[in-house]
Amino acid sequence: MKKAAFLLVLVIGLLLALAVRDFPAWGDPNAPASISPVASHFVASTGVDTEVPNMVTAVLADYRGFDTMFETVVVFIAGLAVVSILRGGSNRRTRDREFVVDFEPDLIVTNTVRLIVPVIQIFAFYVLAHGHVSPGGGFQGGVAMGASFILIALSWDLKTALVRFPLESCFTVAALGIVIYAGIGLLSMALGGEFLDYAHLSQILPVSPEMARYHAMLGVEIGVGFTVTAIMYALYASLSTDGRMQDGL
Amino acid sequence: MFEDGSIFNQLLVERLNYFIYVVLLLIGLWAMIAKNNLIKKLIGMSIFQTAIILFYVSIGVKEGATIPIYLSEHDPHGTHARDESNETENPVSGPQVLEASLVAKYTNPLPHVLMLTAIVVGVATLGLALSVCLRIYRAYGTAEEDELLEKLEKEDSRNAVLPIRQKSRRRFPVQKSRSVTQSKTVRSEEKSVPQKPKSNRRRKTSTNAEPQIPQSGSLNKEKKDDQKPTRAKRTRKASSRKSKGDNS
Amino acid sequence: MSDHIVWIVLFPLFGAVFCALAGTFSKRICYPVSVFSMVCSVWASVQTLIESTKSSTHEVSYILGGWTIELFPRGVGIEFRADLLGALITLVVTGVGLIVTLYSYVPVQRETPAKEPMYYALFLLQITGLAGIALTGDAFNLYVLIEVAALTGYGLIAMGSNRAAAATFNYIILGTIGASLYLLGVGYLYLKTGTLNMVGIREVIEAQSMYDSPSIQVAFVLVLLGILIKMAFFPLHAWLPNAYCHAPTTTSCLLAPLVTKVMIYVMIRMVLTVFGVEFSFQSTWWTEVLPWLVVVAIVCAAVMALAQREIKKMLAYLIVAEVGYMVGGVWIYNYYGLIGSIFHVISDACMTLCLFLGAGIILEKCKTTHFDGLRGLFAKMPLTMIGFFVGGFSIIGLPPTCGFFSKWYLITGGMVSERWEYMITLMFSTMVMVVLFFRLIERIHLAVDESGKNLGKGHGDLGLSNEQTRFDEAPLSMLIPLLIAASIVLIVGVYNQDVVDQIEVFLRKYDLPTGVNYK
Repeated sequence: MKKAAFLLVLVIGLLLALAVRDFPAWGDPNAPASISPVASHFVASTGVDTEVPNMVTAVLADYRGFDTMFETVVVFIAGLAVVSILRGGSNRRTRDREFVVDFEPDLIVTNTVRLIVPVIQIFAFYVLAHGHVSPGGGFQGGVAMGASFILIALSWDLKTALVRFPLESCFTVAALGIVIYAGIGLLSMALGGEFLDYAHLSQILPVSPEMARYHAMLGVEIGVGFTVTAIMYALYASLSTDGRMQDGL
Repeated sequence: MFEDGSIFNQLLVERLNYFIYVVLLLIGLWAMIAKNNLIKKLIGMSIFQTAIILFYVSIGVKEGATIPIYLSEHDPHGTHARDESNETENPVSGPQVLEASLVAKYTNPLPHVLMLTAIVVGVATLGLALSVCLRIYRAYGTAEEDELLEKLEKEDSRNAVLPIRQKSRRRFPVQKSRSVTQSKTVRSEEKSVPQKPKSNRRRKTSTNAEPQIPQSGSLNKEKKDDQKPTRAKRTRKASSRKSKGDNS
Repeated sequence: MSDHIVWIVLFPLFGAVFCALAGTFSKRICYPVSVFSMVCSVWASVQTLIESTKSSTHEVSYILGGWTIELFPRGVGIEFRADLLGALITLVVTGVGLIVTLYSYVPVQRETPAKEPMYYALFLLQITGLAGIALTGDAFNLYVLIEVAALTGYGLIAMGSNRAAAATFNYIILGTIGASLYLLGVGYLYLKTGTLNMVGIREVIEAQSMYDSPSIQVAFVLVLLGILIKMAFFPLHAWLPNAYCHAPTTTSCLLAPLVTKVMIYVMIRMVLTVFGVEFSFQSTWWTEVLPWLVVVAIVCAAVMALAQREIKKMLAYLIVAEVGYMVGGVWIYNYYGLIGSIFHVISDACMTLCLFLGAGIILEKCKTTHFDGLRGLFAKMPLTMIGFFVGGFSIIGLPPTCGFFSKWYLITGGMVSERWEYMITLMFSTMVMVVLFFRLIERIHLAVDESGKNLGKGHGDLGLSNEQTRFDEAPLSMLIPLLIAASIVLIVGVYNQDVVDQIEVFLRKYDLPTGVNYK
């Protein structure tokens, strides 16, 4: 069986290597992907269309905003699915004693974390809000934010973290993130544009259509940040405790 | 060997990035298909997805280009542009599209965006798969595929004969309690007697039929010798205990 | 431009979010919210279908974010495009979704207690993903939506028993390989063409005539391989039977009719819209290989279905066989084969729905779907059995059910292309289906057990007590959806010409051989 698997892998490898010779060389400036009208439009006109200097953010949140909305939905799905898979289950075994760990939170660790966590959270806000002009955005900021809560859970225990951020409110926050994202899309639809056509928000915002896109992107990224923060934390909480939401690592 | 135009040059020098991604992809695929431990399969899955991400990112590389964020002198709305228009007192009608020569100075943002999406999808899949693993471990007490398959097979063949047993058991007391005629009880006893070998036969046939039904992981249904899994299990337990101890 | 096309996706999306939000306060609200959002979604897809039949190009295009093709290059924004095929499939997806949502009231409460809000949220997101797959005109967006559908599918299956979770693991591994291969194929296409828009890719391939380019060919193989894994084509079907058989009732009712069929739709979309007819059928060797693989697939799946002793597992193998039909219909490469394939996607969704709804009711009432537990069921629940067997007859292909007409077109296609092996295989598998379903009928109506021993006294006596044969029909919330599904099977069968007309309008754009020379 292993031989058959090896053969299969080898065949696929040959197939892929076959195509590699046909590819443009490494870093070729004239590669079809780099000179295509779509790529050129993104590079040349992002600033004109949206006033956002970071093209990646503009493509992510505006040109291909629909993708990103579903990406957020994927994160949301993962959270829902993990919690619902681990919760319940018919014949739950009693817990093995060997996995139980009794320990006091370490003084040095907890005090360091007490100092670090606010900094991490402020940095997360910075990454989120500054995603238009520098690398960053909702996902990165959200992950950093989620990490700060995970850090609390790691250094004290999960109960301490759950007091600050209960699992129920995790899903409320995550759903709220999607509501913010899709709500901005719906609002622009209600103002006469297409779904996610942020330019029409200039009718209610005191700015030009391009600047409206800029601000709407910020709103969208905040929505993404909400969902990612909550779900990253919920994933950690469920996976580390096998869905029981107590003790944990 | 590596002179211009030879196949080695083409594959290993000019297109080394693609070559590396192919190798990584194959490692991941191999782990997903051939490894026995469920967690190792997931590690393979991560490698597999990462290989694809590397491939996409290497599409976006452009020689002599910088990251796709406007330098301040190129930003159509940047401070620099505004100052210039004020100084020359030649108010431009609006922000200008970048010229073609400048476009070549920025890499293509699209692959990066796509991979941001793919990374997120990968994380979501991994989290879900890990939770399924935990659930399997909780229910069956193993994370080795061959042991798991054995247990699943047993469970399936047990379920396959369950309805008959239930029925015969249920029907018996119902008819007795109604105090039916002598002949009928005899009949039902007759019925229940030949059912025993029949259910045995079914159990046998179902276990025979089972191998041709592709079970979970028919791609790699390998049978190791009996001792190895148990040893692996024991060492795993020991190691997990040890790691727990270290943590505390 | 009207917005109906995007509402198809948005209604279930908002329904799901609402379920997740409000579900923490009240679990009762989930069911009505789900039904309401699905009704709206069906309404929107009907509107879209009407719009696309009325428009002169027979398609509705909607570019999200306002990046219209008139002002921006094609592919700058993500396009939603409903041509007649896409609109029909969307209607099928949302329609099946609505029926299963109606049906879900009892089984969800029983099988996933205390998790209803999450269940309904994932359930609606599954429909969102599948409807989006049918509508999107962007190759990468398709990947994201495939993953939305796949992840919700994993969650919905693994939420059930432990056995279901064990089956899900395999599904995750194979599903991820499939989706990743698709993503890789799209990467190759992007590398060579520089666009992600489906129509845009075909335009570039045709303009630069890249028919011999190895990377486009490898891209095709990768995309096709990925989709074949996802649709459970025979040697790659290992994930399907266990996953569908052990999944919670409502999950299997939703996934079984839709997931594989939507993936076949994706294959047709890839062949016709992305790679183009000329590239897909004329420039390579796979047109010779695939029909033979199809023959092997159908025969093996049919034989495996014959070996099963459990309704749900048997149905799962039937799905694998039906996938073989549809893939074959595409790859025999002619007009009638494609009509047959597309029509079979629609009719197979209806009849598989019927069968799985029936099996769900049997499981609900008898606590087993094993063949030995079926005796006397007709007396107990006649309406359910009628609904179930309408689906069964459609699988066999008895007129006037829709299965007859789609199989008719498939066989016509096989004859026109002179693919006799495909035709014979279809006949053979029809025979197997006859055996399968008449064996079931025998179990249900007669008192003969497996070994041929008569357990009753004859004259309609099944050897069962009155209690076991007393009229005891399923709850109405389950029975009515089943009867609706059965009547849809019959209605689509009777009005098959109207459906086929729309498919013909769609296929006329493409240059396909009809095999008949009228000159």
